[in-house]
Amino acid sequence: MEFTESELERYSRQIILKEVGGRGQYALKRARALVVGAGGLGSPIAMYLGAAGVGTIGLIDGDAVDLSNLQRQVLHTTPHVGMPKVESGRQLLEALNPDVRVTTYQEPLDAGNIMTLLPDYDLVLDGSDNFGTRFLVNDACFFARKTLISGSIFRFEGQLATIKPHEGHPCYRCLYPEPPPAGLVPNCQEAGVLGVLAGTIGVLQANEAIKEILKTGETLANHLLIYDALDMTFRKVRRPKDPRCPLCGTAPTITALEEHHVSCRL
Amino acid sequence: MITIRIPTPLRSMTGGKSEIEGKGASIGELIEQMNADHPGLKDRLCDEQGEIRRFINVYLNEEDIRFLTGKDTPVKDGDEVSIVPAIAGGAHD
Repeated sequence: MEFTESELERYSRQIILKEVGGRGQYALKRARALVVGAGGLGSPIAMYLGAAGVGTIGLIDGDAVDLSNLQRQVLHTTPHVGMPKVESGRQLLEALNPDVRVTTYQEPLDAGNIMTLLPDYDLVLDGSDNFGTRFLVNDACFFARKTLISGSIFRFEGQLATIKPHEGHPCYRCLYPEPPPAGLVPNCQEAGVLGVLAGTIGVLQANEAIKEILKTGETLANHLLIYDALDMTFRKVRRPKDPRCPLCGTAPTITALEEHHVSCRL
Repeated sequence: MITIRIPTPLRSMTGGKSEIEGKGASIGELIEQMNADHPGLKDRLCDEQGEIRRFINVYLNEEDIRFLTGKDTPVKDGDEVSIVPAIAGGAHD
């Protein structure tokens, strides 16, 4: 457990926390987190994990930075408009903290690549913007036995949960067995979204990831957190494991990855 | 009176209100009465068979009614019922 002088200085404000300490900082340094989507949620996730000293951060996203992203995707800056998001993100993270190893995948996450990526990571943070990816990530993390921190936002509302079916907790399909059919809910582009909301939920995802790495505190493994930015309410509801879950239940009907082609720009 | 929390995607049905009041002895009765006050709300919540859609959860206080007795779950004055649909946005594109 060796740290350089500059590492000790950089992380001094958290190493003095008894829940972190040198041991926790070393756990962060050894941790490998895959961030799905370098967008509204992925930005604060990657920046706070990087700043905290998470040693390896994977960024997967197939898109390029657009001017209309910058209202909420704080990983990207105006000079980076047009650049692949993962490259823009890598540059910012390396400037923020050169100790962090940033691995980039300039492609959309899909059933063809996800299972090859997961073995290189300890946990996954979902910042994706569509139901197809969200269910795919849940299913893949279940098969690969990886902890998933799931966050999602819509207009002024956010949801957050920690998904650990491999430790006996419910999966995302225990909460919502199926994605909605296309066309029932508009996507973010149509619906609009408050930039700060993405920040709030993304930062909370980073918080839950850090707690997983440090193995401290209460987790959202059996709860769903619902945040309403307009009413300014946080509510926690119980999220039981569903024995009839099509994925992690006692008689599963989903036994391999499936793409949801109806997907769901909802 | 029972307080019903309406999620953002359904607030267009309630004139923008995030909370409405309801009456009924069960979740099912509450849905019928909500639909009388806000026509069309039931179609958003329930499928053609009248079952609550699989991507929408209804909570009685902190408990998911799927793990209680579904639409037959009894409700009483002072309860809080929350409608919580799956949302997917990461505000990415």
